[in-house]
Amino acid sequence: MSTRRALFSPSFAIGFGRGWLTAGFVFLYLPILTLVIYSFNKSPLPTVWGGFTLDWYVKLASDQEMLGGLWLSLQIAFMSATTSVVLGCLAAFSLVKYSRFTGRTLFNGMVNAPLVMPEVIVGLSLLLLLVALQSVFGARGMMTIWLGHVLLGMSYATVVVQARLQDMNPQLEEAAMDLGARPHQVFLLVTLPLISQALASAWLLTFSLSLDDVVVSAFLSGPGSTTMPLVIFSRARLGLNPSVNAVATVIIAIVAVFVTVASVLIARAERRRAEEVNAALRANP
Amino acid sequence: MRGRTLVIGVPFAWLMLFFLAPFLIVLNYSVSEMGSVRPENIYAVVDGAIKLTLKYSNYLSIAGDGLYFKAYLSSLKYAAITTVLCLTIGYPFAYFMARARATLQPALLMLVMLPFWTSFLLRVYAWKGLLEEGGWVARLLQALHLDGLLLQTGMIAAAGKYMNTPFSLVIGMTYTYLPFMILPLYAALAKMDLRLLEAAADLGATPWEAFWKITVPLSKAGIIAGSMLVFIPCVGEFVTPELLGGPQTLMIGRVLWDEFFSNNDWPMASSVAVVLILLIVVPLAVFNKYQAEAQERSR
Amino acid sequence: MTVQQNPAFLQIQDVVKDFDGVKAVDHVSIDIAKGEIFALLGSSGCGKTTLLRMLAGFEVPTSGRIVLDGKDLADMPPYGRPINMMFQSYALFPHLTVWDNIAFGLRRDGMPKDQIAARVEAMLKLVQLGAYAKRKPHQLSGGQQQRVALARSLAKSPQLLLLDEPLGALDKKLREETQIELVNIVEAVGVTCVMVTHDQEEAMTMASRIAVMSEGRVLQVGAPHDIYETPATRFVADFIGNVNLMDGRVLVDESDHVVIECADCSHYVGHGITGTAGMPVAVAVRPEKIHLAREMPDGEYNRVKGVVKNLAYFGSFTVYHLQLPSGAMLKVSQNNVQRHRDDALTWNDEAWAHWSRSSQVVLTQ
Repeated sequence: MSTRRALFSPSFAIGFGRGWLTAGFVFLYLPILTLVIYSFNKSPLPTVWGGFTLDWYVKLASDQEMLGGLWLSLQIAFMSATTSVVLGCLAAFSLVKYSRFTGRTLFNGMVNAPLVMPEVIVGLSLLLLLVALQSVFGARGMMTIWLGHVLLGMSYATVVVQARLQDMNPQLEEAAMDLGARPHQVFLLVTLPLISQALASAWLLTFSLSLDDVVVSAFLSGPGSTTMPLVIFSRARLGLNPSVNAVATVIIAIVAVFVTVASVLIARAERRRAEEVNAALRANP
Repeated sequence: MRGRTLVIGVPFAWLMLFFLAPFLIVLNYSVSEMGSVRPENIYAVVDGAIKLTLKYSNYLSIAGDGLYFKAYLSSLKYAAITTVLCLTIGYPFAYFMARARATLQPALLMLVMLPFWTSFLLRVYAWKGLLEEGGWVARLLQALHLDGLLLQTGMIAAAGKYMNTPFSLVIGMTYTYLPFMILPLYAALAKMDLRLLEAAADLGATPWEAFWKITVPLSKAGIIAGSMLVFIPCVGEFVTPELLGGPQTLMIGRVLWDEFFSNNDWPMASSVAVVLILLIVVPLAVFNKYQAEAQERSR
Repeated sequence: MTVQQNPAFLQIQDVVKDFDGVKAVDHVSIDIAKGEIFALLGSSGCGKTTLLRMLAGFEVPTSGRIVLDGKDLADMPPYGRPINMMFQSYALFPHLTVWDNIAFGLRRDGMPKDQIAARVEAMLKLVQLGAYAKRKPHQLSGGQQQRVALARSLAKSPQLLLLDEPLGALDKKLREETQIELVNIVEAVGVTCVMVTHDQEEAMTMASRIAVMSEGRVLQVGAPHDIYETPATRFVADFIGNVNLMDGRVLVDESDHVVIECADCSHYVGHGITGTAGMPVAVAVRPEKIHLAREMPDGEYNRVKGVVKNLAYFGSFTVYHLQLPSGAMLKVSQNNVQRHRDDALTWNDEAWAHWSRSSQVVLTQ
């Protein structure tokens, strides 16, 4: 054992750790908290508290621009999430199952690049393509935004599904084939059920990314296709606006409830499973 | 074999069409000039042969005009500052998360991910309210007497005014990208075998030494991944500079946007984009290599 | 173990598997009879698993043929072969119950529901897991999971059953019980079985014939007794069990006996060998065939004096390491027949090691 005095004692480290984590979480959640609080603020200025009110929510219910944007965003998000997951699944399979094919490095690069590429580049380049092929894709609108979101979403979906596929025991698929299942049956009966959780989380991830996207949507939208983030963005640019706070609180509430419920359910299922495994090990050696 | 061609072919074709082809088009535009209504074509068929007219005027403008140069430079600068800040705040955060009680970790992870699921646009917008005069954080900063330090480092221009400054921009970007730094770091740190630290202690190292000589090097992959996930998108950031930045914070994302939407100069915007791509090509290659290696390791 | 007299039910004919210039399987030819339990034995990298996978259809031979019951298996995908495999990791489908796992293969064949039910019940009864039909794999212990895997692989009454390191995942106690159970079930069903293992004990106790493999080649094929007592090469002699190998030269070469001179002693071997006088050979003697005594034994052959340098006590037997005059070490294994011995050998004692004229194997390779 060391004879030199440790610089930090264990108790210090624990205290420091707790402090840092707490400060970190405060930093992460403070903005969210203020959004919620000031959505109930009578005064439109966030620096002055004018009393509690639900006015902004009432106004939100008749805010056609915002509601229209929300509806459009939901549709686009749904379509792009589904397409992203399908394409991401195919891409993940390609990368995991086939270790060698022509252009694999290029493919890998193209799949991973949108994860980090600045969105202005993605938006601009995609727009120029769609303009050049206007005869095929038509004017800018819902479909063009969908294409842009799928390009981004596909990368995220690929990463999620790829991780799950790599974790999976390859002998499971071999066993299925050994027992008489043809390749498509192996996929439907064995692979798909086992990656279903990854597919679900990939879908949710790409859904929320699409719902939240500003830059690519801005480049690819046309008249009459203003998504909710674009509405919020244009209002936010002009200054502080309590209607934004109201929308924010609604979104935060939905997401918070959803994520918490999902986490609790998953944690409970994991715990139950661990108990069953332990019980089996104890009962019969 | 036909199934295999389909599985690889469909996403490959999609990416070639919607990812690769657009880049070539951007390249094309970057070497053309803005005509009266639409960009001029660089191809022309003259006497049965294709004649290529490459106009480099856009690139010359970028090289010659100090404004573009400054914008690229300041983009790199702010992206670097943000990355360093994310690392400084995020590393201890990820470290203590990974060392927390095992039953607590999933909950902590969920708490870190939760803000990520709520709209990032809204959270950036929230900082406007916090940093405005009279906002909570503005008041806190004044109470902590940090104005002197911030003025000195050029982060703010006038005491008490925190909005539309380099300070607000950096805070906004750090805030947005912090989860992107924490997650890869946490993944790397949680995977580490704690018995290595026991071995180090047994051989005479203090916890501090063990941290720097063992924990940090082993988390190198996480550090690189996190840094790339923050730095590269930050360079081309648009929304945060637009909402929280000011006239002093020249970011190339905004320049590109303005060239396109305000000036309607598509060729210029394309040239700006090409130079931006060239700037991030090296970190992008590093990121790609890391991803490929991480996948090889988990085979 | 009963073996039917139909020869060559499974024929592996000059099979080669080449991975980028590396021959994982190098011209292997084996004939396996119907109803046999046949083991491929070797350390990791010897090619046994690759060979097994070629039987299953997961790898395609670079050259050579595999013929099962007269049918060439080339171009037959794994799902088309009348062969089933029990995987090392069991590979039970985690999202299906035990019942559905076993029924999986039957459903792929389009068997009518009531027949499937009857067959699954029969399999459950065979492995004694009837009460666990509705459980999922993670709710079972390791031994139970293995039984499900076995039931699943037998459900379709395959012509050939493949076992990949069947006892690898079990601890020692469980291994002994499972070995016997496994063989009983396989023999009761009567299916031809090829198993792959790196564990000699497993191969010798379970299989009726063994193929010892190394670096893609088969070194020897035979019954466990033949492989152990009559190894064909130095490698096989050394690989299976423990052995003393002494290099020497043939002094006398007669049809019914040979005398071989080694560095420390002379061997009188009570059988003829194919060879000539003066030939360099190796003499292999197993440790348990050697006896230790304090007094010098009679005769001028098959004895050597040494000093006990090491002894390892295993409970039921003790292994002595004797240092011989030339410096070489001789391993001798003695059963501890009595609970206590006053004259038990200990470190640095001198002792005579001697063996009978039928206990040696002369190796030319």
